[in-house]
Amino acid sequence: MGWGLACLIGAGVIFRRNLGAVLAEDLDYLALHDLHLSLGGKMVPFAGYHMPVQYPAGVMQEHLHCRAAAGLFDVSHMGQVILRPKHSYQAVALALEALMPVDVLGLAEGRQRYGLFTNETGGILDDLMFANRGDHIFVVVNAACKAADIAHMTAHLSQVCEVIPVTDRGLLALQGPQAEAALARLIPDVTAMRFMDVAVLGWQGQDLWISRSGYTGEDGFEISVPASLAEALARALLDQPEVMPIGLGARDSLRLEAGLCLYGHDIDTTTSPVEAGLTWAIQKARRTGGARAGGFPGEARIMAELAEGAQRSRVGLRPQGRQPIREGTPLFAPNATPVGSVTSGGFGPSVAAPIAMGYVARAFASAGTALEAEVRGKMLPVTVSDMPFHSTRYKR
Amino acid sequence: MKYTKEHEWLRVEGDLVVVGITEHAATALGDVVFVELPEVETMVAEGDEVVVIESVKAASDILAPLDGEIVEVNQKLVDNPALVNEDPTGSAWFFKLRVDDLSVLDAFMDEDEYNDLIG
Repeated sequence: MGWGLACLIGAGVIFRRNLGAVLAEDLDYLALHDLHLSLGGKMVPFAGYHMPVQYPAGVMQEHLHCRAAAGLFDVSHMGQVILRPKHSYQAVALALEALMPVDVLGLAEGRQRYGLFTNETGGILDDLMFANRGDHIFVVVNAACKAADIAHMTAHLSQVCEVIPVTDRGLLALQGPQAEAALARLIPDVTAMRFMDVAVLGWQGQDLWISRSGYTGEDGFEISVPASLAEALARALLDQPEVMPIGLGARDSLRLEAGLCLYGHDIDTTTSPVEAGLTWAIQKARRTGGARAGGFPGEARIMAELAEGAQRSRVGLRPQGRQPIREGTPLFAPNATPVGSVTSGGFGPSVAAPIAMGYVARAFASAGTALEAEVRGKMLPVTVSDMPFHSTRYKR
Repeated sequence: MKYTKEHEWLRVEGDLVVVGITEHAATALGDVVFVELPEVETMVAEGDEVVVIESVKAASDILAPLDGEIVEVNQKLVDNPALVNEDPTGSAWFFKLRVDDLSVLDAFMDEDEYNDLIG
């Protein structure tokens, strides 16, 4: 079913809206709100906040600029949480391992890792980044999940640590092949960092919590900055010739091209990490035969799927032709058997073609499998494809 | 030039009505990446979905503003959807419609009225 133009424009918001944000009505303003307005950012409700979906350059140019040079993203809506041990770091690491099928204890100091909170049925409550910062663990979670995540951690970890939401800091992401050059002019020591390193580095007399990571498939950094310093840092970065501001629209197309999951779309409480193709996030120590095998929510399903494979898998999809296929589009085998559906889809500016991801039954999950997507009553040919759609350029 | 509440512009060219989308609509949609046009010689009724536009943000339709026959479509948009953003009120017209009576156009908004609508 299509939407008339007036309907779309009248709604004022074209980006898919988060239902919670719409219902909440009173949206919060983040530290960089005025900066976004002064840059011509088009603000939309997202996960309970006013966030810039794009700037005057538009999604396409923003996306391509990030791949070619460097882009600055405000991701201050994401949840930053400190887990400060009451007794020992090791006790906190082990307690966190009881919430996710991930090796927390084995993460070295100064390193960050991708993690997943799972539920009792093996679904995913949220995906996150966590870092070993010596005397504590620093966690970054999705905006839409952060209240639930903080409650979840507080309920399960309070015996061993204080769960401290960090509410006085913004979060910026600087992404792209020239991100290092731009940031190094402000903070020379970042050049020593490698992919997934974390460091505390000074700027203007205050501490920045920096990780060499991001969610675009490019090299880059995420920078936790005191809210009072956030605008100064953002402006200093935007003053660098390589850097332009990037909105949520291009953030979405960049992560889709990189084959990265968007929580609430490509992964949720019903999808297991194995179905989602996130088995790389489950280290050997937590698998059968590992030093701390099992012992996480949903163990039965996740261990069984690790051993035997899942019934369905998240796959990349390449529609033939130029028409994008969107979230919710049903997928069929050539004999009209339903085999799954699309969870994210759109146009990939760097691929210069439509791209999508979705879940399909195991028998149809191999790259090269020909499927059909039902769009507006018509069957469009799509091909199951390897991901990422655009090769990643992390600085390992 | 006349305007619809659906953010289309209508321009009379001989005995035909040329239909496109306004600059406001093109800006709001963002970069257009795909356009699907109707077949020529299709009879359409007011409100029918006749064109599919996909931008980097969303899919949307252009609805037929009037009853009539599609007599020409702008194939250039299929090959170069970005033209919708570059020149929405000029070379990026979508289709030409033959209608029985051009006087029905009088009921649509003029430029001032449309500008009031989009505020």
